Parts: sequence; C-alpha cells; structure tokens
Amino acid sequence: MAYSDKVIDHYNHPRNVGQLDKSSDEVGTGLVGAPECGDVMRLQIRVNPETQVIEEAKFKTFGCGSAIASSSLATEWVKGKTVSEAMEIKNTDIVKELALPPVKIHCSVLAEDAIRAAIGDWKKKNGVGETTGAVAVAAH
Amino acid sequence: MSAIDTPVAVPAGVNLPIYMDNHATSPLDPRVLEAMLPYFSQKFGNAASRNHSFGWEAEQAVENAREQIAKLIGASAKEIIFTSGATESNNLAIKGIAEMYKERGNHIITQVTEHKAVLDTCKRLEKYGYRVTYLPVKADGLIDIEDLKRAMDDKTILVSIMFANNEIGVIQPVAEIGKLCHEKGIIFHTDAVQAVGKVPVDVNAMNIDVLSLTAHKIYGPKGVGALYVRRRNPRVQISAQIDGGGHERGMRSGTLNVPGIVGLGKACEIAGAEMATEAARLQAMRDHLRNKLESALDYVEINGSWEHRLPGNLNMSFVYVEGESLLMGINDVAVSSGSACTSATLEPSYVLKALGLGDDVAHSSIRFGLGRFNKEAEVDYVADKVIGIVQKLRELSPLYEMVKEGIDLSKIEWAAH
Repeated sequence: MAYSDKVIDHYNHPRNVGQLDKSSDEVGTGLVGAPECGDVMRLQIRVNPETQVIEEAKFKTFGCGSAIASSSLATEWVKGKTVSEAMEIKNTDIVKELALPPVKIHCSVLAEDAIRAAIGDWKKKNGVGETTGAVAVAAH
Repeated sequence: MSAIDTPVAVPAGVNLPIYMDNHATSPLDPRVLEAMLPYFSQKFGNAASRNHSFGWEAEQAVENAREQIAKLIGASAKEIIFTSGATESNNLAIKGIAEMYKERGNHIITQVTEHKAVLDTCKRLEKYGYRVTYLPVKADGLIDIEDLKRAMDDKTILVSIMFANNEIGVIQPVAEIGKLCHEKGIIFHTDAVQAVGKVPVDVNAMNIDVLSLTAHKIYGPKGVGALYVRRRNPRVQISAQIDGGGHERGMRSGTLNVPGIVGLGKACEIAGAEMATEAARLQAMRDHLRNKLESALDYVEINGSWEHRLPGNLNMSFVYVEGESLLMGINDVAVSSGSACTSATLEPSYVLKALGLGDDVAHSSIRFGLGRFNKEAEVDYVADKVIGIVQKLRELSPLYEMVKEGIDLSKIEWAAH
C-alpha cells in the first residue's frame, strides 16, 4: 500500500511513545480496539488540574502503519489543548492530515475513540461534567 | 524511543530490495527466457497450422514441452492439457468433472484451506445443485484421513485437495488420499501449483487423476499452466469450459501460447534436474532463518506442520506485533503477511484461522518464501532486519507491555471494532 510521507514519518519516528502513571488523578487512559481486529491503541493524557490543559500525552499501539501514525498524530494534537478542545478532534481531520486511504479510515476512528476514552477516564476520575458518549472503551 | 527503521548492514553481494515471496510468483530463470525467445518472432507459427513448416515447428516445440512437463510428474505427454495458468486449470478440472459426471453424482469434497480458485469454483457449483463438503484441517494444517473417509458417499464424484498450501507450505498426505479415492472409484484432483518442481510428484505412485500446475511458480513465465488428466485406470473425462477449435483433445480450446508453453516445459526440465540439490539448499536457508529469528525473539510461533512442509516455506507469527506494520519496517524485503490490514477485507487469513489460530496471532503472521535465486547472505540480512523491527514495534505495542507485566490479555474486555 502506498502511504503518504506523513504516515511513513510517524511510523518511522513515532511521537510520544510510552506510558503515564495510570493511577494518577491527573492521568486519563483510553484503551480501544481489540487484538482480534488487529488494532489496539492506548492513549494517555496528563491534565493540569488548574487549567484543564493537556500537558502530556503518551501512546502505545498494536496495529498497522496507519494505526500507529493516527495515534502518534493524536498525541501531538491533544497536547496543549484543553480537555474540551481535544474533544473537538475528529477522525476526518486525522484522515485528511495523514491522507489515509479509504480502507484505513477505521484507524482514524480508533484514534478519535482513544482520545475520547482517555478524556472520559480523566473526567470520571475527577468527577468532571457528563461523560457524553465518551466511555472507557468506545465500540462502533 | 528511537526510530523504527534502524539500519542493518547490507552484506557484500546482496542487492536491495530482496525478493522473498516466491509463493506468490518467482522470477523467470534466464535459461527459460533463452528457450522462449525464438518463439516470439522467428518461430512464431500457430501450433494448430498443420500445412506448413511454421506450424510444424511450433507444434514440435509444444510436444517437446508436453514431454518435459509429463516427465516431471511421472505422466505421459498425451495427458497434459495447456491452460492459461493454475486458476484456469482448477476451474477446468472441477467444473469439467462436475459437468461430465453429473449423472453419477453431485457430491464434491474439498478442504477449507484450498486456494480461492478451488473454493470459489466449488461455491459456484453449489449454486447449480452440487453438494460440497469442505473438510476442516487439524492444528498442523493437515486434513484428517478419517474425516475424508466419512465424507465420502455414493454420490461423491470428485475429491479436490491441494498438494501443498500456498500460505503455510504444508504438504497434504496426497498418496494416502489418492489411494483412498481409487479404492472408492472417486476422481482425485490436486492443485499442485506450489509442489510441482519443489518436491517429488508422481501421479501414478500417488494415484492422482487430475493435477493443476503453473509456470510462474517454478521460474517460468506468467500466463501459462497445465492440467494433467489421467488417460487410463481410470480414463478421466472433462467437459470443456471454453468452446472453439477443439484444441487440447477438445478439453481446452484456444490458440496455444507457444512461447509460454516452451517456457513452462523448460522450467519443468530445470526443476526436475535440480530439485534435490535446490530443496536441500532452500531448506538449510529456511532453517537458518527460523533459528536466527527464534533465538533473538520471544513469542514467535510457527504456523502449520514443520515436518510436512515445502523446503522454502517459513510462516511465522510475531505475536503482539501487527503484520502490516512489520512489513512496512522491512520495505526493502518482499514478503507477505496474513494480516487483514494488507487486504481490503479486514479479515485475517482464512488459512491461518482454519488452523485454529486466534485472529490476533493471524494478524501477526509473516510468510517467507525462499526461492532459487535467494542467497544465504540475504537470509542473514532479512533475519537481522526483522529482529530489529519486531523489537522496535514491541516497544510500541501495548499488548507486549501488558503481557510482560503479567496481564492476561484474554481477561480484558475488548470492544469489537
């Protein structure tokens, strides 16, 4: 499959790989996908409790090149945004940025789910607002 | 984390990219090309032209190729029918037998790990009132002969079981199947595309009645194949699927692809002469590749029987790493993956699933197909490259991390995606 240079760049140099302390109240963890489907993404955010700005994001992904690139890009995009700004990130933005082929759109959906799941987890821990549609694991 | 693609030293004499996907197709042997060349522009006659020397010359070349092919599989030249390749051979064999013997019965037996050229042909016949039994395979990829016995009934006209599998290289107990079919008076067809020229094939010793083969898997040209059709004990009849000039004993009409046929013949001659030494060399390289990968990496699995396997095949799963992302990291090496992500369907390999592999392990599989033109130094390069990429991707894999932390992945409630 011919990938865009951006996918290849994220694949070769994935950003923000690693893990944050799951037990910290400042950290939200989203784990989406399933091994049987060939993609599992774990995306974590560390949120500043005062400003609600996402100061740190980490990911690990089992999946194809598009899945790795989508999650790597997602960590870059959420950093510096407030929690509510991060909720605005759409899978279509990821598709556009990475020029994903149609068969790989599900990778971008998974990345969007991972962001929402991480934020949902953080909200749950901190009793913030309603978790509108954002649950720990989003199925579709 | 450092970059995924860490450079591995390229050994002397190795040119990139490396081709290690010889189950898909193989490069043309220069000796085959040399044999073919005159038949494009100098000896261009139509083999069916019976009234001038151009035609006779072409016919002579075709008959010579028939001999070369027959010799490789222990047949006689008159039993070889030329086709456009293995897909056509399989279609002709199965549809042609189904049609010819429909008075005798409407039941066909095949197996779940066949190539789509067989499975889809059988599925089509089901629409026309044929009954098809798809035998399961054991965890090693082999069918159970007892299952085959049980599936046979008085309406069974055909058993079609492949000789060697294209993904896992597993070799079926063909001689046993043939013996059983002959005892019951059932025609035995085998798709021997991956086996012919790689391992000994003898249609008489193995009681094979109909056999499909193709040139491009044995260092011959694409677009030409053959069907062996037994002429005695029993005499197998096949109903033509293409109507026309009655070429090929009326079984397959169409002007013969003379250069292609010459190439197929030459490819068979070379394969027959060099099979023993080539198989030993490929097996040694394949074993070396396996050993190198296994000694450097944990959580690797061999897919399919190791004992009953083509010498050049290695199908392995690198668990907790997804196959397509692995292929991306070794983009200067051509191999295949059973992962769904390399296909449009998002379903992982049905062959691997038939062995009972979980989808997650199937997604992690890589097929290495070693061939005549691979060198030992290439194997070392490929092994080093794969080891490096697998290690990097596992640093990136949440599954590998969880397993290393002692988490049971089967206990996690994954959301279907």
